[in-house]
Amino acid sequence: MFSVVTDGCLNYDGGQKNLIMSDYSLYKIFFSYKIEVSNHSRKEGYAMSEKPCICMKHVSKSFGKKKVIEDVSLEVYSGEIFGMLGPSGAGKTTIVKMIAGIDEATNGTIDVLDTKMPSLHVMKRIGFMAQSDALYGELTALENLQFFASIYGLKGKKQKQRIDEVMELVNLTDHIKKTVNQYSGGMKRRLSLAVSLLHEPEVLILDEPTVGIDPLLRQAIWDELERIRQNGTTIVVTTHVMDEAEKCQRLAMIRDGRLIAVGSPEELKKRTNSQTIEQAFLHFGGARQ
Amino acid sequence: MRVRAIVIRIIRQFFRDKRTLGLMIVAPMFVLFLMNLVFNGEEYKPTIAVDKNVPEVVVEKLAKSDADLKELTKTTARKQLEKQQIDAFMEMDEGTPKITLEGSDPTVNKAVLMAVQKAFQELAPQTQSLQLKTTYLHGSEDMALFDNFGPVLIGFFVFFFVFLIAGVSFLRERTGGTLERLLATPLKRWEIVVGYVIGFGIFTTFQASLISWFAIDILDMMMEGSFFYVLLITFLLAMTALTLGTLLSAFANNELQMIQFIPLVVIPQVFFSGLFNLDTMAEWLRSLSIVMPLTYGADALREIMIRGSGWQEIAQDVYVLLGFSVLFMVLNVIALKKYRKL
Repeated sequence: MFSVVTDGCLNYDGGQKNLIMSDYSLYKIFFSYKIEVSNHSRKEGYAMSEKPCICMKHVSKSFGKKKVIEDVSLEVYSGEIFGMLGPSGAGKTTIVKMIAGIDEATNGTIDVLDTKMPSLHVMKRIGFMAQSDALYGELTALENLQFFASIYGLKGKKQKQRIDEVMELVNLTDHIKKTVNQYSGGMKRRLSLAVSLLHEPEVLILDEPTVGIDPLLRQAIWDELERIRQNGTTIVVTTHVMDEAEKCQRLAMIRDGRLIAVGSPEELKKRTNSQTIEQAFLHFGGARQ
Repeated sequence: MRVRAIVIRIIRQFFRDKRTLGLMIVAPMFVLFLMNLVFNGEEYKPTIAVDKNVPEVVVEKLAKSDADLKELTKTTARKQLEKQQIDAFMEMDEGTPKITLEGSDPTVNKAVLMAVQKAFQELAPQTQSLQLKTTYLHGSEDMALFDNFGPVLIGFFVFFFVFLIAGVSFLRERTGGTLERLLATPLKRWEIVVGYVIGFGIFTTFQASLISWFAIDILDMMMEGSFFYVLLITFLLAMTALTLGTLLSAFANNELQMIQFIPLVVIPQVFFSGLFNLDTMAEWLRSLSIVMPLTYGADALREIMIRGSGWQEIAQDVYVLLGFSVLFMVLNVIALKKYRKL
């Protein structure tokens, strides 16, 4: 067990002192603002590496005069499920959209897979599942999948094979010929997930994947995410459901566009002497004011 | 490759949404057909009353022309004129024929005068005062009103329906979240725009051909020039409508707001595209038509269909329409920046 204070992308890899630095890390050292990230309490036994896969540095985002995100710095490591917890309107969606390369930060930098975002090149390696089911209702599930697969450059046999695989994964194989309009809400969510997995992304970004979904299905989706993660995919997931947060390796708590805490669920609870994530959230939230 | 994916998707969506497909193709034909009925109907047959003092020969000739005749006294004729039971009254006033018209409908007036003129012309071809020799530079005596503004109507309906459907489907892409989803892929902005143009382009080609064929072969609209040129112009107009519709959809938040563009963008073009005579309008107002795509489309269609013109006369219109399409496409690629900078 060891504890390392990381600052931006300056990162120690176990005992080997493998310094991983990105373009801005030296510059960053001179910044006084620091977020403490403790690694010691991360769950063991998972295929996680210390290598930051996503690295946000002093990111702010304004829409017009309104500041939605203020000075958020955080890191997501390869092979973990990283949760973003916060009430609606806290800015979670804005953050994940910036990571996904759809939005651009007003200030600060975001690096994904060692490339500054937004980058069309890196977007090929990212899977994104939006908050709303972005599917073409009049088309069948298969046609939707074929469309997105072609967009990612999958064709022929490979395309067919991937479509079969992802549909198997989300358990929709039997409904592949149905038009999406005939799908239930839960089925649409699963199909959206399948679409985002088509091109075997290294980073999977999910914006509220379980919103409006019954507990059984929610459990199924989380089991699925865990399986995807064990295959080496890094997952960023936003949620406002506290008990879902427990299933993440690490969590970022976000309120009013600010990062109020980062750490593993256990650690966050321990730091605040709380029994639940909810209490911890309230503590961090209150402590800020 | 990625453009192809969008094209295929749009075609598939079209075939799923049969009603929209129908609206695009059947609706313009239906409206043209209705207009044809209204403007191309049988000539109006006026009812003319004649006084007893009108010579028998004149009455006979009048009866042979396209008019219903009645013999009435002056006072009853007056009353019936008031009640619009007859259209005109004819009497001899000191040896010269005198006609009193009801006068409220210009079409009717014209019909009456035509009938009377015809009768007198046959009676006394040498009479200078009534003899009018009419020659037509374009069209003929048979040319109906519909032939005159038919080309404009073809252009307008193609423009209108493509504008609406393209605008709404692009808007839906945005409100349905699929645009954002597309922008989360490595798809480039121009690829989306080009994909839309080609996908819809295939349908608008089909639509333009069908409408032109329907108007010319079925509704028997006057057609002097080449059918290929008609297709070219309708296709270009459709392209302009398509690119303008998708561009403007960026400034609408829902379908209703898209519909609100119709009175702002589509209807003014009708007034300026040559359906109505602009000569009496103020100079500066007339110059507004320069920025309206329909002006060029309608002008070219009229050249081809009524005057039988060839490439030389329509070339400028073709280039302007192409220019509009390219301009709107470029602006659309820029407008998409609102959703993704890259």
